[in-house]
Amino acid sequence: MKSSDQKPNQGDSRRDFLKKSSVITAIALTPSVAVKAAESNADERFAQLFEKIPLELTVNNKVYQTTVEPRVTLLDYLREELHLTGTKKGCDHGQCGACTVHVDGQRVNSCLSLAVMNEGKKITTIEGLANGETLHPMQAAFIKHDGFQCGYCTPGQIMSAVACVREGHTGSRAEISEYMSGNICRCGAYPNIVDAIIEVKEGGEKV
Amino acid sequence: MEKRVLKDDNDRVDGILKVTGQAKYFAEYELPGLTYGVLVTSTITKGKITALDTKAAEKAPGVIAVISHLNKPSAAAYEQEGGPQMKIFYTDKIFYNGQPIAIVVANTFERATHAASLVKATYAKEDFNTDFEKALKDPKAKKLQGQADYKRGIENAYKTAVVKLEERYFLPIETHNPMELHGIIADWRPNNQLTVYAKTQGVKATQGTIANVFKIPMENIQVNSEFVGGGFGMALRTWPLEIATVMASKHIGKPVKVVITRMQMFTMVGNRPAAIQTIGLGANKDGKLTGITHRAYGETSTYENFTEGVVNMAKFMYQCDNVNTAYAIVPVDLGVPIWMRGPGEATGAFALESAIDEMAHALDMDPLDFRIKNDPETDQQKNKPFSSKNIKEAYKIGAEKIGWSNRKNKPGSLIEGPWQTGYGVSVGVFNANRGKASVKGILKADGSLHLQSATSDIGPGTGTGMTLIANKLMKIPVNKITFELGDSSLPPAPSQGGSATLSTVGSAVNDVCVALKSAIAELAANSNMDATANFVDVLKKNNLPQIEVTKESQGGKERDNYSMYSFSIHFVQVKVHALTGVVKVSKIVSVGDSGTIVSPKTARSQMLGGAVGGIGMALTEESIIDHRYGRYINNNFADYHVPVNADVPEIDVNFINKPDPYINPMGAKGMGEIALIGFSAAVANAVFNATGKRIRTLPITPDKILA
Repeated sequence: MKSSDQKPNQGDSRRDFLKKSSVITAIALTPSVAVKAAESNADERFAQLFEKIPLELTVNNKVYQTTVEPRVTLLDYLREELHLTGTKKGCDHGQCGACTVHVDGQRVNSCLSLAVMNEGKKITTIEGLANGETLHPMQAAFIKHDGFQCGYCTPGQIMSAVACVREGHTGSRAEISEYMSGNICRCGAYPNIVDAIIEVKEGGEKV
Repeated sequence: MEKRVLKDDNDRVDGILKVTGQAKYFAEYELPGLTYGVLVTSTITKGKITALDTKAAEKAPGVIAVISHLNKPSAAAYEQEGGPQMKIFYTDKIFYNGQPIAIVVANTFERATHAASLVKATYAKEDFNTDFEKALKDPKAKKLQGQADYKRGIENAYKTAVVKLEERYFLPIETHNPMELHGIIADWRPNNQLTVYAKTQGVKATQGTIANVFKIPMENIQVNSEFVGGGFGMALRTWPLEIATVMASKHIGKPVKVVITRMQMFTMVGNRPAAIQTIGLGANKDGKLTGITHRAYGETSTYENFTEGVVNMAKFMYQCDNVNTAYAIVPVDLGVPIWMRGPGEATGAFALESAIDEMAHALDMDPLDFRIKNDPETDQQKNKPFSSKNIKEAYKIGAEKIGWSNRKNKPGSLIEGPWQTGYGVSVGVFNANRGKASVKGILKADGSLHLQSATSDIGPGTGTGMTLIANKLMKIPVNKITFELGDSSLPPAPSQGGSATLSTVGSAVNDVCVALKSAIAELAANSNMDATANFVDVLKKNNLPQIEVTKESQGGKERDNYSMYSFSIHFVQVKVHALTGVVKVSKIVSVGDSGTIVSPKTARSQMLGGAVGGIGMALTEESIIDHRYGRYINNNFADYHVPVNADVPEIDVNFINKPDPYINPMGAKGMGEIALIGFSAAVANAVFNATGKRIRTLPITPDKILA
């Protein structure tokens, strides 16, 4: 928050914060009016004005300039605001990897990152991996080796797998398994996922 | 994207959609005016809500409504006496900790989540018990018969056998935990028209349940569920949280989306119930079984009874003239269980297949030889021949591939540094079902075939299997065939459960293709064309853009004459670390004996998945409750350990791939359950072979090895 001097005391509700806010006083509302406003729909408008902060980030080479509540995770922002639903929610606790995206080239659990923390960053999601009609080699390899069943963990697996190859953690099956263990697949496609990664690595195409 | 074509006919038909993030799961549909619901749950285990303060939540920004038993929106069936005990929002009773007691609807997910935290409930608490073992020991606690007692020959004959054993086996609660969180989008519109986007294993079942609760006609309800992010049984019913969401949408007149949390996945959508089983086995000195007794207790809830086939396998799997079984359920103050992959048979197979291994050891026999010696030629329970059974061949293939000859019968014989190596085997078996389903086929003059059925695909690859059946019969290229599912308006099909979809819906696809071919032949004959003329030419000559046929298909009397089962054999090699007690499954060979393999790639994946699920069941999975509070304490993926990539070795999957002559036109039997059933016993048996320690309580964690 930029105006740190206006930070509400711990225990204050958001509504109390609105009542006390110097910004509200600045637009010349008497306290009683402010309270009244807070009890009506005006509260919503205030909330939208003051609770959202500007955000600019690039997703799949497209620049988005929006405002967002600071408590919105990158995952929920991608899914609910940008409707890029290829990135999945599996636990919301950074425990399953279904929400894996690339942030400035690094694999990241998007549920553990707030959208506002990604100001100016370049995000790649599963929707941005293919080159037009041409699948990314990892996507093609996942199909070839049947690296999924229900498909829900798949976008996260693929984003993680691409990063795994780029990181150079593909020395052996065991190493791949270790570096892919942050992505849970309940259908149990693990051996096929490892096969797909080996194929991409050995294919030598740029990932 | 439509331009992209699969490279291999055996690839998943929805593969491209799944790898590009375009496959839409229930929570991913954009609806105008969509709102978000978050469930408030009980913080006590048993009692009554005496007060519910929703004022703060109602006034929170963005909140549209708070719905609870205080303002229950009309659900006609819940207003009547009887029916389910847990009528959500129609009762102030608390049956378990984490029960949904209110839903907060707001215009964003974050606002609904915050507002839900502002709802304050006050309760009148009552004494409770969530401890299954405690209930079992308590003479005053209820025990209900779960299945009719079964007896063949002499009861408890094992007790008088030359060689006998009686052992007790414990399986804890397991939680399905598909990767996709459960939930629903409900969009109730004027004139009682409802559309839902559901995570369900049966669109028709969801449609029927909602129609019953709200007393509106089935045809008013459209259920969409094209992609389902795993189910493993937990999406076989419409849960109270889904009814709550429909109520909320009806109340506010807007679409409402609910996606529950991973923690709520442990309390709102069922689990595999805990089970305590006793197996008694008797054999003569030659290794022939003379008595089998299987008694089981399964956990259930206080508000609804749940039963499953825990003791089924003991009745027919081995040749034995004296068999008796009993199964009872014991209510505790937890949410109601539901079938989890392999259901009760997987629970039962852990005990029976462990006991078989123990008996082989007692007889100083190779457990494989012991099984072969007691392999039945016919089903003694039903007194019928098996429709097909190639289990001895499966034993042979698996034994060779795992290197069974390296196994020493004396436990603890193979030691390399700190690691002890062991080999184990187990059998899995499950009823080979075939139900009733309808499929519509539309054959077009552009050379394509479109098939439709209200079936589901929770992951096994329904569309892929159906496409391959049609491809084989119609000689139409795979990329010209489409199979549409997950839509309640399509021709009816049963829910995806009990390993029956390929058999049931596949048979209807078969019948539709046969009917289309004869329709084309008739058209050809009528237009003086050769009987072998291509259907495209026939349709064009007749100026028909397309023809369509709908067929309902079900089995006939073959089930009266034959006993139909799918079988699997699991061989595992484990390495047990002597100092730390860590168990690594180092090699797996699974052999499936499930008739014709229609879709080899997806079938193999299903077997892999069963083995992975089996590793979890054997080594890590256990939903732990703090019985002082009646709450789960490991209700997340950091503490409830499902297998990860590094836990899984290479898995060698083999199929007998011989058609069953009776079950259905494809000769194919189900596979989903047998892929898992028995696997945990194979691990337990291998651990015994490695260490000499017999672990009868799952999961086999290091503390138990070191104890």
